[in-house]
Amino acid sequence: MGKARLAAFRRKGSGAPAGAQSGRARPNPNPFEVKVNRQKFPVLGRKARHAVGQPGVSRARAVQKRTQTLLKEYKERDKSNVFTDKRFGEYSSSMSPEEKMMKRFALEQQRQHEKKSIYNLNEDEELTHYGQSLADIEKHNDIVDSDSDAEERGTLSAELTAAHFGGGGGLLHKKTLQQQGEDEEKPRSRKELIEELIAKSKQEKRERQAQREGALELTEKLDQDWKEIQTLLAHKTPKPENRDQKEKPKPDAYDMMVRELGFEMKAQPSNRMKTEEELAKEEQERLQKLEAARLRRMRGEDMHGDSRKPKHLSADDLNDDFVLDKDDRRLLSYTDGKMSVEEEQSREASDGESEEDHHEDPSDENLEESSDPDGHSDLDSDTETEEDCGRPDTEPRLAPQKRLANNGHKAREAARNELPYTFAAPESYEELKSLLSGKTMEEQLLVVERIKTCNHPSLAAGNKAKLEKLFGFLLEYVGDLATSDTPDLGVIDKLVVQLYNLCQMFPDSASNSIKFVLRDAMHEMEGSVEARGRVAFPGLDVLIYLKIAGMLFPTSDFWHPVTTPALVCMSQLLTKCPVLSLHDVVKGLFVCCMFLDYVSLSRRFIPELVNFLLGILYIATPNKHGQGYTLVHPFRASGKNSELLLVSDEEDTATWQRTGLSLRWASGLKAQTKTEANHTRLSCLAVCVALVKHCVLLYSSLPAFHDIMRPLRALLTEHLANRTHPPELQELCQSTLSTLTNMGKQSQRCRPLVCEKSKPVPLRLFTPRLVKVLEFGRKQGSSKEEQERKRLIHKHKREFKGAVREIRRDNQFLARMQLSETLERDAERKRKVKQLFNSLATQEGEWKALKRKKFKK
Amino acid sequence: MERGPGPDGARRALGCLLEAVLASRGEANAVFDILAVLQSEDSEEIREAVRACGRLFAALLERGELFVGRLPSEDSVLAGSQGATRKYKVWMRHRYHSCCNRLRELLAHSSFEVKELALSTLMRFVQLEGVHPLEKPKWDGCYLFPHQLFKAVVEGLLSLEDDCSLLLSQFREYLEHDDIRYHTMQAATDIVVRVANRYLEVPFTFWNNAFTLLSAVSLPRQECNTSSFYVKHAKLSQTWKVVHLKEHRKAFQLMWLGFLKHELPLGLYKKVLVIMHDSILPHLAQPSLMIDFLTRAYDMGGAISLLALNGLFILIHQHNLEYPDFYRKLYGLLDPSIFHVKYRARFFHLADLFLSSSHLPAYLVAAFAKRLSRLALTAPPEALLMVLPFICNLLRRHPACRVLVHHPLGHELDSDPFDPEEGNPAESRALESSLWELQALQQHYHPEVSQAASVINQALSVSEISIAPLLELTAFEIFERNLKKKCQESVPLQFIPAQGLLGLQDDLCAQHFTLS
Repeated sequence: MGKARLAAFRRKGSGAPAGAQSGRARPNPNPFEVKVNRQKFPVLGRKARHAVGQPGVSRARAVQKRTQTLLKEYKERDKSNVFTDKRFGEYSSSMSPEEKMMKRFALEQQRQHEKKSIYNLNEDEELTHYGQSLADIEKHNDIVDSDSDAEERGTLSAELTAAHFGGGGGLLHKKTLQQQGEDEEKPRSRKELIEELIAKSKQEKRERQAQREGALELTEKLDQDWKEIQTLLAHKTPKPENRDQKEKPKPDAYDMMVRELGFEMKAQPSNRMKTEEELAKEEQERLQKLEAARLRRMRGEDMHGDSRKPKHLSADDLNDDFVLDKDDRRLLSYTDGKMSVEEEQSREASDGESEEDHHEDPSDENLEESSDPDGHSDLDSDTETEEDCGRPDTEPRLAPQKRLANNGHKAREAARNELPYTFAAPESYEELKSLLSGKTMEEQLLVVERIKTCNHPSLAAGNKAKLEKLFGFLLEYVGDLATSDTPDLGVIDKLVVQLYNLCQMFPDSASNSIKFVLRDAMHEMEGSVEARGRVAFPGLDVLIYLKIAGMLFPTSDFWHPVTTPALVCMSQLLTKCPVLSLHDVVKGLFVCCMFLDYVSLSRRFIPELVNFLLGILYIATPNKHGQGYTLVHPFRASGKNSELLLVSDEEDTATWQRTGLSLRWASGLKAQTKTEANHTRLSCLAVCVALVKHCVLLYSSLPAFHDIMRPLRALLTEHLANRTHPPELQELCQSTLSTLTNMGKQSQRCRPLVCEKSKPVPLRLFTPRLVKVLEFGRKQGSSKEEQERKRLIHKHKREFKGAVREIRRDNQFLARMQLSETLERDAERKRKVKQLFNSLATQEGEWKALKRKKFKK
Repeated sequence: MERGPGPDGARRALGCLLEAVLASRGEANAVFDILAVLQSEDSEEIREAVRACGRLFAALLERGELFVGRLPSEDSVLAGSQGATRKYKVWMRHRYHSCCNRLRELLAHSSFEVKELALSTLMRFVQLEGVHPLEKPKWDGCYLFPHQLFKAVVEGLLSLEDDCSLLLSQFREYLEHDDIRYHTMQAATDIVVRVANRYLEVPFTFWNNAFTLLSAVSLPRQECNTSSFYVKHAKLSQTWKVVHLKEHRKAFQLMWLGFLKHELPLGLYKKVLVIMHDSILPHLAQPSLMIDFLTRAYDMGGAISLLALNGLFILIHQHNLEYPDFYRKLYGLLDPSIFHVKYRARFFHLADLFLSSSHLPAYLVAAFAKRLSRLALTAPPEALLMVLPFICNLLRRHPACRVLVHHPLGHELDSDPFDPEEGNPAESRALESSLWELQALQQHYHPEVSQAASVINQALSVSEISIAPLLELTAFEIFERNLKKKCQESVPLQFIPAQGLLGLQDDLCAQHFTLS
């Protein structure tokens, strides 16, 4: 194979040019040498590549090539030494011998010249003899006068020196007398002369350079002067002569200005301003898209059961038909003035869609603020006024703050002035805590706001990571605030907004942080549940985390990476945590409220919640086993805490007022008096009944509504029968019960279930498959790779055959050569033998003749 | 007897006494000194004394210097005219007796080290006494075991006052020996009977101790040739009862039946039932005798009934037990608490087994399915994920029950005909009803539950879903699974801006809670 490849290579390497050459050389070949491959059927558009062949020529070419290469190799097969001829163009066949000789001569000349001219620094080429121009010598115009040496104060003339000692012509006039004495020794002085010559030429060069530099310096100075004048000359264009003076044009202010003008963007034709209707229409379209996305998420990708119930499709739209241009929808809160203008324009449909602009724009605004912090001692008041004028009244969260601002503006101003304007983003939680601890609520908010501003991602590359971390730290801080003895709920209340904004900027990292805290909480519970089968209600921080999760992420989604685990977590709280104290009741009710808030849009069913409310209602009744309901874990029908919410004091019952429950109860607030505790109990019961009512409204459409609500109904009836409750509570119970009854009547009658009809499986059809032929002559029905592969396989086969053929021919050639060698050798031998016989015969003849003579004699 | 201060001094003094007693019979009275130290207050000294006693009597037993045979009273022998050697032996045997009594008392000592040491010393005596029996064999090759001594030891372990679980766990090592196990079972049976007869109100600790001891006894599954004996015998005779596993089983059965026929505390019922199917029933000679106990437990209701199911199942399944109204009782067990109890997985595993028969009548299966789906309305998600496939499996196994989810010819009804209060599945009218509960659960907040409940919307697939991996599912696993699930695109966000901790005005939290 190796040989074959070699042969193929040879064929390719030298065959192609040779063929080309011969083709070119003989445009009209001998018609007897031409073989015509006749085509049977002429096909239009097909190129016949081998219509005409020259077998004789090509065979001769092949033989010649083999003689040049293979035969040579064959003859040198036993030789180990190789002779390489390095003469120029020896192996080049494209040169005639004359050309070769000429080129060789030129090369030799060049080589010699290069050797000689090392010291020839001046460019002009001159033939010299001993350093003196041959031309000068030929002219003989210098008369060598040895007598004149005394005249020139003992110095030899340059010409004389040059003539006598050779070289260094015209340089010796500087020589001193003493030097001249030494110059008697010829070879030494000559060397020195040459050195001096070099030195001089170098000096000349240096001088020239210095001159040029001087000129440059002058130019620069002129430039400087010009610049000074230019300021006076305002924007007048300098005169062209002025510029011509400069030898070398340097980039100055003017040039740059010209360039800039050249590169400046041309005014582009802009889109026309949109009319208000168009804007509104755009908003509508955007909103429609948003709603579609939300509904899709809520249904889940593979949720098919809902197709039967179209009303669940639209469960997200607040239980009313979706009206796009509704005015009473809550407006977006914008944090700067610029956006609020746009908001006014698009007020009629500004629902949440434009979060992107929303959190981009304040950053831009803040960017401007932070970019020029010098001399803005009234930055705060600036932002304040901006807030005042820019933030629309749709932001109730700022209202109290503003009122505060009006009341104690000066005092707060003083306090705020102490805060630095820029904050580095905290690298650890401790850092953030030290920044925030010991400050008032407003200051803390301001600090967080400023951290956010100073580290906006558009300002520096690493800021994104910093702010992402800030979210986690803030979350931890909120947790810390909630677990402290006197939780600062006000600060948390405000920080939630910051968390929301950060979450809008970095959804992924925010979701990870929330997941992390939830997992922490669940792990704690898991350990306790595995050890004892139950777990105490966790602290306020977990509840607040759950609440925050519900505010940052959509709770109506069918599946959501954050809210679904949060739902599981709440379910655990309601099923695994026994209610042991009033605090637990408050916490549990808070969890119930959150749970119902989570499903308020999607109206999903929560069995645990119904159980829990049932339990709460139960512990508010005196212990006797009623009919129609069964308590489930974590409540017990009898035991220590089975009458936790029972109020027996009639006076307390009379003085009770219905108020909202304080979250502080959840964080370990102790009841001051017994009356207060009793009031809280009644409040809890009221909240519970209200939640029951909410559930009744929420679940009235469920098919098993009666069965779900039956236990609650039984207990409520029991409550109503028990006349010790305050009138307000009694009324609430009554209304809940009546709602329950009404809903029960309204709810649809029990229709037996029917499966959806599945589509019939289609019969198998045996129609032939039709394939469109796109291109004739190509192999069809395969991919591009397959075609390429087939092509390569085909090519390989062809090459392989060619190589085999070449090898065969090589062998034939060699055999022929060997045969001719053998024949030649045999012929030679025959000839020599013949010659020997000849000479022997002659000898014999002579000898016989001699003998015959003797006999004759 | 002079004694140095501290335990070192005590040890040295005891050592001297011990050597003296062992050296010559004349010094025998020093035994009293040693026994006196056993009464000491200091636990360190007691331990030294116990060790000394152990060494002393072990040596005496090996030398055969204790009286063999029925022990006459001390006074009569001392007054009598027998030889001095006999007198000495009888006297020494009495000392040995009192030593054992004291050691048995020490089993109730406050210090665990003392208890442990006393136990090991007593067991050593048991071993030595077995080798050098203190009673005369009735015939040659008769099996002799120190029953008296060993029974005393077991009695000490089954204390009425203290919780002996630690000591019993020490004792567990000895139970690996066949003879000790056998005699322990006998002794425990006797003691339980005696204690139960003696006291009207048997203390809880006794039952606990007894259960710990009883549950520690585990018989080998089949008879093995190389029986390990604690008391070393030159050769084992096939005539001995202790060699045969059958006798062991009889003793085992007697012991458990004797124990379980008493009124046990509820917690103990659960413990017994938990190990019943695994370590008690297979070893009984006649497992069907356990039916009394199991029926009683099954009738108790609640978690105990659930646990008794397992034992009952084995009896029904392997021992041809006929249990009337079994399914009715099983039906009665279904109440909302089954989704919350600890033994949920076990119960549903068994329920799956019981209901796997295709020969069950359709009304029964329909009643179960309907009742389970009714209960599912109160279940947490982890239970729902298990019980929904369970119900679907029931419907798959019994095509006649498919009317529960697919009843195209049914008329509209005013209310659900199913009667949840009816205890008899035959009269619950479940077949006339439909599983509206599952339809309600399609609106469950958890996506997986919702999907599982939506299965009934289509025609059910033929193959059943294995519920085995779902039985042990916990909420924490679901939680972790949800957390780990990756979201393809970026996390969707709430677009209503947050305004405060309690949310918007019309949120429930804001309505019912305040921050102040």
